[in-house]
Amino acid sequence: MRETKYVPEGISDAFAEGDRGVGDDAARGERPASGSEKGPGGPGSESGQGLPRLGWVGTLRWTWRQLTSMRVALMLLMLLAVAAVPGSVLPQRNQDPAAVLTYLADHPTAGEWLDRAGFFEVYTSPWFSAIYLLLFVSLVGCILPRSAAHWRNLRDRPPRVPSRFSRFPAQGTAITDATPDEAMAAVAAHLRGRPWLPAFRVDVRGHELSAERGYLRETGNLVFHLALVGLLVSVATGQMLHYRGQAIVTEGRGFANAVVDYDTFENGSWFEPSTLTPFAMTLDSFDSEFETSDVAAFGQARDFTAHVTITEPSGETRPETVKVNHPLVVDGAKIYLQGNGFAPELTVTDAAGEVAFSQRVPFLPEDVNYTSRGVVKVPDVSPGLDQIGLVGYFLPTAMIEADGSARSGFPLPTDPLLILEVYRGDLGLDEGVPQNVYRLDTATLTPSVEDTGERVKVLLRPGDTVELPDGLGTVSLGADIPRYVALDLRHDPSLAFVLTFALAALGGLTVSLFTPRRRVWARAQVADGATVVEVAGLARGDDAGLDGEVERALGAVPGSTRSTTTPRTEG
Amino acid sequence: MQIAELSELLVWAAATAFAVALVAFATDLARLSGAKVDARDEARAGAQTRATADVGAGSEAGAAYGPAGSGAPEATGTSSGAVSRKAAGIGMSVSWLGTALLLAAIVLRGLAAGRIPWANMYEFTLVGTFVALAVFLGVNLRRDARYLGAFVTGLGTIFLLLAQNVFFVEAMGVQPALQKYWLVIHVGVAIAATGTFTVAFVMSALQLLRDSRDAGSAVLAHPRWGWLDSTPTPNALEAQSFRLNAVGFVLWTFTVIGGAIWAEDAWGRYWGWDPKEVWSFVVWVVYAAYLHARTTRGWSGRRAAWFVVAGYACVLFNFTGVNLIFDGMHSYSGLS
Ligand code: HEM
Repeated sequence: MRETKYVPEGISDAFAEGDRGVGDDAARGERPASGSEKGPGGPGSESGQGLPRLGWVGTLRWTWRQLTSMRVALMLLMLLAVAAVPGSVLPQRNQDPAAVLTYLADHPTAGEWLDRAGFFEVYTSPWFSAIYLLLFVSLVGCILPRSAAHWRNLRDRPPRVPSRFSRFPAQGTAITDATPDEAMAAVAAHLRGRPWLPAFRVDVRGHELSAERGYLRETGNLVFHLALVGLLVSVATGQMLHYRGQAIVTEGRGFANAVVDYDTFENGSWFEPSTLTPFAMTLDSFDSEFETSDVAAFGQARDFTAHVTITEPSGETRPETVKVNHPLVVDGAKIYLQGNGFAPELTVTDAAGEVAFSQRVPFLPEDVNYTSRGVVKVPDVSPGLDQIGLVGYFLPTAMIEADGSARSGFPLPTDPLLILEVYRGDLGLDEGVPQNVYRLDTATLTPSVEDTGERVKVLLRPGDTVELPDGLGTVSLGADIPRYVALDLRHDPSLAFVLTFALAALGGLTVSLFTPRRRVWARAQVADGATVVEVAGLARGDDAGLDGEVERALGAVPGSTRSTTTPRTEG
Repeated sequence: MQIAELSELLVWAAATAFAVALVAFATDLARLSGAKVDARDEARAGAQTRATADVGAGSEAGAAYGPAGSGAPEATGTSSGAVSRKAAGIGMSVSWLGTALLLAAIVLRGLAAGRIPWANMYEFTLVGTFVALAVFLGVNLRRDARYLGAFVTGLGTIFLLLAQNVFFVEAMGVQPALQKYWLVIHVGVAIAATGTFTVAFVMSALQLLRDSRDAGSAVLAHPRWGWLDSTPTPNALEAQSFRLNAVGFVLWTFTVIGGAIWAEDAWGRYWGWDPKEVWSFVVWVVYAAYLHARTTRGWSGRRAAWFVVAGYACVLFNFTGVNLIFDGMHSYSGLS
């Protein structure tokens, strides 16, 4: 029997320890850990008595046993919970790098130390990784032998009838006129249950019977733990293989699924650019709906839809839509609608009359009514001229306050207005250094000012052409205001595995938490001319139904004249 | 009157009902406490015979309260000539009433907003309170757990007052990121888990108190704490708390998985360590640790109960602190 058992070090579980554990006269806590009975030298005892000389093999074995013990699993779980917290309090680099920089600027000393210790990348930091990796090593070290033991247990007979019943949490006696054989047969039949709904696995030897049910409980537990391992492995694999690209696309334009076509692109280290399927996508139109009837929620976003056309590598085209919450799946990659806004078409003609700039410029919304900020960087196309920088706001529904400030009053273009400030000088466009297209560093530039010293504000409505101040040329705004969408395209081949393992964990957990696991033993003896049937029960964990189980088994004894059950004593 | 206003009125009515029930339950505990001494022996005898007599049906209750029945309310209630449990009966009726009022309030709120009524903090609080009360009433259908009444209705009253005074927002539609059946499933299950954890927390807290009193704690030995003797034994409390926590944990696991599935569709990644995700993970790990502690030698009993307290604290923080303090993708409280 002994070798079919594996019990994690430090588990407090009468059931796993089975017939030898329960009710031993020694107080439970003082019994040496059950695992220690197996290892040579038995260094597993946790009571900290002087350790025997182990040698390095023994030390390794001891360390392993500690690592795979319940106590260490518990400690590591607690550590994991604590270690996860700082990442919600401190800004994290992968989510909000700008906030990290601000934090470092505000707390120079503490920030530097925190940074060194990985507190701005908690979830990839060495200490966080160490905790969960150790936890999973412990998990595997615990679960593999448990699985093997369970496998053997599944094919084993239920454990033999123990000599004393009095020590079990639920027991009872029935007295009957039936013979011991009849009594045993009746109890066995009852415990086996209906053929289509088997309950107990029953083993009758003479006038002794042992029965066990709820193997699924352990199976579920093992499935749960193994699924956690599967989950971790799939998530890690996904990290290595995934890619993600972001692109801003305006109405009527498109992009191709190629690394160079994305504004930003990020990928795992096993990713091969050749695996990108070269489909193309065009944004045909973009619809947005906002609340207009409900006063309290006036102007709140209600629905966004991007109507697109996908062109497959084969040349086949088809119309599709992308909505928030409803990504479009193309060749295994998902395309998400992450943002939207207006991209006014601006044309700048320089002082020499040359068209220096003609593009759609995405303006980034800064509030719910799409008060949007944008930057235009005009290169010096005609010799001897300055570069021109335009910075300003696009207001779909312009509202000018009494103090002269302006903002948008509604997200849709009912009264569009573009307000620009003008700078000239060297924008650094010739240096070939990639620049953030949404920022203009005005520190070294000369602003155009009025006589009063105030910045000149150039106002444009759709279709307008306006002179730039200081004879810099003209700027015109297209009659139509195209919309743009910010798309996020992502491919992670591990998703199906992640989902499967997560659901397996959920299923295993549910089965294991709600399946009662019980053992029932019965023995029939003849005394004073009557048959005395004794029944005892043992359950895994708390089991409110154990007494009932024992009582029903007693109730199955035919012709029973008297029966008594002793309620469980408290553990 | 507008439906939205009627809903608000009904919430006030429910809060009042819970406050009344609280008084009734507290009276009951005080009475039990007074009658404790004389009832003890009688109760013990009563429980003993009962457990032997009700073969089959009675066993559940017998097991739940422990064999010695040491003054469990049911035992006290059934033994002849013992304390009247009339106050507890009133508490139960009023709790049923309050819960029904709250349900009506929630339904009307949903009608007023034209969507499922759990999309902001105010609504979470209403529904979470409803679930906690429903779990309490449900448990009482199976076994006598009226000893919980004072605490559950007390928490319910506090939650509803907070909802009305701090979290209140007008009923309205939701932004596109929230328009999906996952709002119904993910958030609904999260609230169900929270309500379940609430009742389990009360049980574990009582377990700790009762255990300390039994162990001779100087503070808890004061007669003022005498009502503790009429709660189930620490072992029975632990077993009941575990059953609810197990349900809560499965629901929470589903919440986290459902949230990840939704995040994959809405935000383009299934997990991103957003503050809400971090704290949901922390809650999950703490309750997982609780389940381990229960079966770890030297950690079951009192120590395991502390995990429930810690876990519930994390649940509450995840609900309030994370919504209000941190700036994450889950800032859907509707408060600005
Ligand atoms: C990622 C780490 C782990 C997590 C999240 C986890 C979670 C859980 C949960 C939720 C349960 C209760 C559900 C059930 O009974 O199936 C459980 C039970 C159990 N775990 Fe783990 N576990 C982890 C690691 C470990 C390790 C390292 C060990 C080995 C020492 C272990 C041994 C056990 C055992 C023996 C049980 C059964 C206890 C019982 O009968 O209730 N677990 N675990």
